[in-house]
Amino acid sequence: MDDTDGVQLLLRIRDHQDSAAFADLFLHYAPRVKAFLMKSGADHAVAEECTQDVMATLWHKAHMFDPGRASVATWIFTIARNRRIDALRKARRPEPEDLLWGPEDEPDPAEALELQQESARLGQAIALLPEKQRDLIERAYFGDLSHSEIAAQTGLPLGTIKSRLRLALERLRQQMT
Amino acid sequence: MKATKHHISDEMLIAYSAGTLPEAFALVVAAHVSMCDGCRTTLSAFDAVGGAVLERCSAVKVSDGCLAATLARIARGDAPRRPECCKDAVLPKPVVDYVGGGLDAVRWRPISGGARQAVLCADKAATARLVYLPAGSAVPDHSHRGIELTLVLKGAFRDETGHFAPGDVETSAEELTHRPVAEPGAPCICLTATEAPLRYRSLLVRILQPFLHI
Repeated sequence: MDDTDGVQLLLRIRDHQDSAAFADLFLHYAPRVKAFLMKSGADHAVAEECTQDVMATLWHKAHMFDPGRASVATWIFTIARNRRIDALRKARRPEPEDLLWGPEDEPDPAEALELQQESARLGQAIALLPEKQRDLIERAYFGDLSHSEIAAQTGLPLGTIKSRLRLALERLRQQMT
Repeated sequence: MKATKHHISDEMLIAYSAGTLPEAFALVVAAHVSMCDGCRTTLSAFDAVGGAVLERCSAVKVSDGCLAATLARIARGDAPRRPECCKDAVLPKPVVDYVGGGLDAVRWRPISGGARQAVLCADKAATARLVYLPAGSAVPDHSHRGIELTLVLKGAFRDETGHFAPGDVETSAEELTHRPVAEPGAPCICLTATEAPLRYRSLLVRILQPFLHI
């Protein structure tokens, strides 16, 4: 799904409670959210249940989506991550104070477009990383593996893991500038 | 607000973004990010990596009734919301949420020498607490079994590694034994997260440690 298409769908949900737009977003993201949760250690049933929660939260919190601050994928990732912490780790998720923005400071469309394009470039940059580095980043974000568990699984010492993750992010940064 | 000098490390921000930090550490990160625009920007970059990872996931088929079930869930009503707490001049919002109010609502317990603390959350992995140090007084000399994060909320302190003002975070490694002293003139209030019980040098304090919850 093109990033700007996703934004249009989400804005239709936000502004018009458009259930057809919701169905389109659901078709693309629900199977990915389920995959993300299963990679994080949830079984089929729990992942399916949590996916419904995540997608329902997307509907209810659509008014909080700001295309100048996050892509649709990033925003859904944060909802799925928080649901995972809640459901799988039974912990609370402290969130930073929201930056205040009211109707008077609707995000600048040019700024929003730029952020969406940047997010698309980030996706491409990750796709271009050497497989080992990409694998490490993905495991870190699936979150069920700590650094030491990743070390145990790959047979790599902890220092190497940390420096590879740093290297991967450094390369990501270079690709982004 | 004055620009902060001491920030959260990238590794810690990545772990917060990935959602793998113990709750106590996540609270300190959330509080610092609330006070620091630079770390907020870095965090949103790491969240974007999470978004890209989600986008790359190969789809896993959801059940046939999944969309209908989700729409039914939506029709049942809004997600429950936590009641909005008051704003506080000293405590950032994530801390206000844990205290259940502002600085006046903190339930302090005395430690020693006029110092006070209030535990905000604790699990097997880590404990978060507010610490109040009277002006010019020191925290008992301690070393850590794990990592400790200290975020200054009010006043300032100094130790062997530097000077820390509101918004600054000190990350103490396992091997560091340090002696934070509140600067003279005003009390210092900090939010700390500790990975495991602190290991005090004084035998007496060590014996008392389980009872003092420090």
